[in-house]
Amino acid sequence: MVEQTQQVVLDLRQVRMAFAKRSGESLTVLDDVNLTLKEGEIRGLLGRSGSGKSTLMRIAGGLIRPTSGEVLYCGRPLREPSEGIAMVFQTFALYPWLTVLENVELGLDALALPRAECRRRALAAIDLIGLDGFESAYPRELSGGMRQRVGFARAIVCNPTLLLMDEAFSALDVLTAETLRTDFLDLWTEGQLPIKAVLLVTHNIEEAVLMCDRILVLSSNPGRIAADIPVPLRHPRNRLDRAFRDIVDDIYAILTSRMTESIGALTKVPGGLMQTVTHASVNRIGGLIEALMAPPYNGEAELAELADELSYEVDDLFPIAEALHILEFAELKESTIKITSAGRVYAQGGTEDRKRLFREHLLRFVPLAAHIRQVLDQREGHTAPRARFEYELEDHMTRKHAEKTLQAIIDWGRFAELFDYDDKTRRFRLEPPEE
Amino acid sequence: MAEFDAAGARGVFGFRRLPGVRDAIAVLLVLAVVVLLGLGARRMLGPLVLAAQPPISLSPWALPDYALRTVVRMLAALAASLVFTFAYATLAAKSRRAEMILLPLLDVLQSVPILGYLSFTAVFFVSLFPGRALGPELAAIFAIFTSQAWNMTFSFYQALKAVPRDLDEVSRSFRSSAWQRFWRLEVPYALPGLVWNMMVSMSGGWFFVVASEAIVVGALHVSLPGIGSYVALAIEKRDLTAVGWAILAMLIVILLYDQILFRPLTAWAEKFRVEQTAGEGGSRSVVLDLFRQSLVLGRLVHPVSTGLQGVMRARLTLPRPAARRVRASLPAPWPDVIWWTAVVAVIGYFGWRLFLFASPGLTWSDFATVAENGLLTLVRVSVLIALASLVWVPIGIAVGLRPKLAAAVRPAAQFLAAFPANLLYPVAVFLIIRFSLDPVIWLSPLMILGTQWYILFNVIAGASVFPGDLREAAASLRIRRWRWWRDVMLPGILPYYVTGAITASGGAWNASIISEAVTWGSVHLSASGLGAYIAQQTAAGDYPRIALGIAVMAVLVVATNRLVWQPLYAFAERRTRLD
Repeated sequence: MVEQTQQVVLDLRQVRMAFAKRSGESLTVLDDVNLTLKEGEIRGLLGRSGSGKSTLMRIAGGLIRPTSGEVLYCGRPLREPSEGIAMVFQTFALYPWLTVLENVELGLDALALPRAECRRRALAAIDLIGLDGFESAYPRELSGGMRQRVGFARAIVCNPTLLLMDEAFSALDVLTAETLRTDFLDLWTEGQLPIKAVLLVTHNIEEAVLMCDRILVLSSNPGRIAADIPVPLRHPRNRLDRAFRDIVDDIYAILTSRMTESIGALTKVPGGLMQTVTHASVNRIGGLIEALMAPPYNGEAELAELADELSYEVDDLFPIAEALHILEFAELKESTIKITSAGRVYAQGGTEDRKRLFREHLLRFVPLAAHIRQVLDQREGHTAPRARFEYELEDHMTRKHAEKTLQAIIDWGRFAELFDYDDKTRRFRLEPPEE
Repeated sequence: MAEFDAAGARGVFGFRRLPGVRDAIAVLLVLAVVVLLGLGARRMLGPLVLAAQPPISLSPWALPDYALRTVVRMLAALAASLVFTFAYATLAAKSRRAEMILLPLLDVLQSVPILGYLSFTAVFFVSLFPGRALGPELAAIFAIFTSQAWNMTFSFYQALKAVPRDLDEVSRSFRSSAWQRFWRLEVPYALPGLVWNMMVSMSGGWFFVVASEAIVVGALHVSLPGIGSYVALAIEKRDLTAVGWAILAMLIVILLYDQILFRPLTAWAEKFRVEQTAGEGGSRSVVLDLFRQSLVLGRLVHPVSTGLQGVMRARLTLPRPAARRVRASLPAPWPDVIWWTAVVAVIGYFGWRLFLFASPGLTWSDFATVAENGLLTLVRVSVLIALASLVWVPIGIAVGLRPKLAAAVRPAAQFLAAFPANLLYPVAVFLIIRFSLDPVIWLSPLMILGTQWYILFNVIAGASVFPGDLREAAASLRIRRWRWWRDVMLPGILPYYVTGAITASGGAWNASIISEAVTWGSVHLSASGLGAYIAQQTAAGDYPRIALGIAVMAVLVVATNRLVWQPLYAFAERRTRLD
């Protein structure tokens, strides 16, 4: 769309989101977010899982209110879901007991229109989105792509001004997602949609570059705006275009440098016990090391290239790369990842060597693992309840993150044979019992 | 929804516009049900003088009329349970403070034996409408209600709490009002579980219909015309033939209920399942198909269903406060402190009043007797559940692993569960007297006669959804005999078994009041135990001792649920999950 000086649809000013932790202190998940969305714009929100982008989207939809800061929709403060804002969900969120037609009519419930008018508008939306013939089908009879079309029809039926898409294409297979994206872009560029502006949340860098006029990159822990990147390309865009690829690489570099920064910041915290560890399974860590060691990379690769080769998206590749970086099997720098000498040894070792090396690195570079081991060593009977560590972690992060972090540590600890965990009793112990 | 189906059918099958045999049957069926229910209901409003009650007839020809009246009572109680469920569960799910009280309270209400309610409320209801049949009718309906409402409420509450987050956000982002949301999202989401629990409730209701129609509390004797009173009289007169007729009538009633009410309901509720996979074959109902295909009925029902939909879609908005800002610090604790203080004060007051009411008549030896009896019943229930499990778990697994057999056996087991086992008690008592057996042992199996089926059909359900690949893996690894049971099958069905066993044990406790003390004419057999104790005190109208017995039973049931079943269920669920 051509940039013009047009009306502001959505305006977020210094939005901050924080939750209360068990200790009573607050935990910030979004900080100082400013965003201005104008008429005719598709704006992307890009970030890794845990960057708070879904929270930001729910703030924009009026579903939750930020801890502080202002949210203005068409110039008025937004305190609850408002007329003129519609959402499309990753999981489609269709009511399984309603037919396609009834699901679409649901979008009109709040307007209290006469029945005939409801039906007419629903049928028109169904027609526009390419669902005619499916009016009386139930969602369970439809494929994923058709289900998401219902989601779109339901969103546009109430003639919204602002459309919010929450990972709308990420539950679909590659082909279906691409068809749906281009169909949507066609309707948008032809001006067939009532929508004035779109906010699109995604973790797929190429999707963002394909669809958006501007992309906001969010950093994690807490979510802040790391970069605001314009995409001055005409629709329809070509993924193989030089300019297209350059933007994709730029965004990779931004995300990677943000990631290394945040890891660095965490390990510098005194007693740095409480970093959030995103889970990367031992198999994937080994797999990535081997992929890096193999030609054509021979130990060093561009992340964007590597992700393409392995057909990974940001959310899949980054946790593994991050784990490699934390364990010092590889080093992240700008948009590249380079294997360390320990990583080379790991790649060549057999299972026992790998376990030994993994154990050493776990003890040296992951303070939480070392802490658990130390507690077990000191305790009589060499066992400790899981709850103990959960409480410690929850002083520093949300319950969900604490659980995920512990799960990752348990997986790594078991592989390294550093300690064992019994889910039945929910206790850590030094050795698995011998039978 | 039904309205739209019918509209679609009209458009597509235009050639079937002429009314046919199907239409005739469907319309007749609807008319018959409506007229009969109306007839039964009108008689509830008639006069009744306690001293001169119309005698109950033991003629089999009186049975259709009695059956109709019993059915109307059951339906009224079911409707009341539904209204109660919607109100209570919604309040508990929406208000955190209300939840803190309502949930434990529901737990207690559920474990109070049903006859306990009857003995305390019968006099109240009768005095409410002196000289009219409505008083005792309400007492009976209330007693049946107490056997139906609680598990329905639990299931609805749990569904409200488990509404998927994305569906919830849709309804909020499209600004549905609370009323629209209730009918569009919450009720449909809860429906499959609710219908299932209504069926379980109905079975419970049939069981207590006998006791609630022939009300005997102290000096109050009321016999409402119905199958229950018929059976009570047959027992008093030692008329085994009449008992046989009653059993036959009950069989027919339950069969009709199943076909006309519950089959169509379950088949219809299928579409409200959230799992978007095809699932197991799904239930079908001849009656529902008939209704769906009948165009005449569709046209007749059309205005009604449009009207109902209109009601459900009405906004009925209450002024709602805007969404609150998410706080960065913990909320101040003092509102909760005040709330709890108030709650404790109210409970303390009622406890004190209860103590004043009960204490003058009670001595320490009463407590000893009740404790001893409670222990006896506890042992009985445990042993019986263990025995029933030994019998039904292997059979259930064997049936469940054969899909065709399972399809045939499951409805039969459900039917048996719905059949009130206490109609068979006279037969059992007759046999015990005939062969002069020891009632302390031989009366015990009666407790579990009606509830053992829950173990059977839950195990069948578990075995039939047991993953095929796990079975094949076990076969290819040649895991056999004992190890197959221990490592493969038993862990696989554990959550299902536990669900069934919880229902069975709850039912057995409730049944103990009826089954531990039975009569046959002038012969009274008592197995002693808490149930017998409560039954005995109820007949004598000794309220402090009834209260004591009921309290101890409630404590025992809540304690076994909390200490045994809930941990077991949590364990089973955690063990069988793979993510």
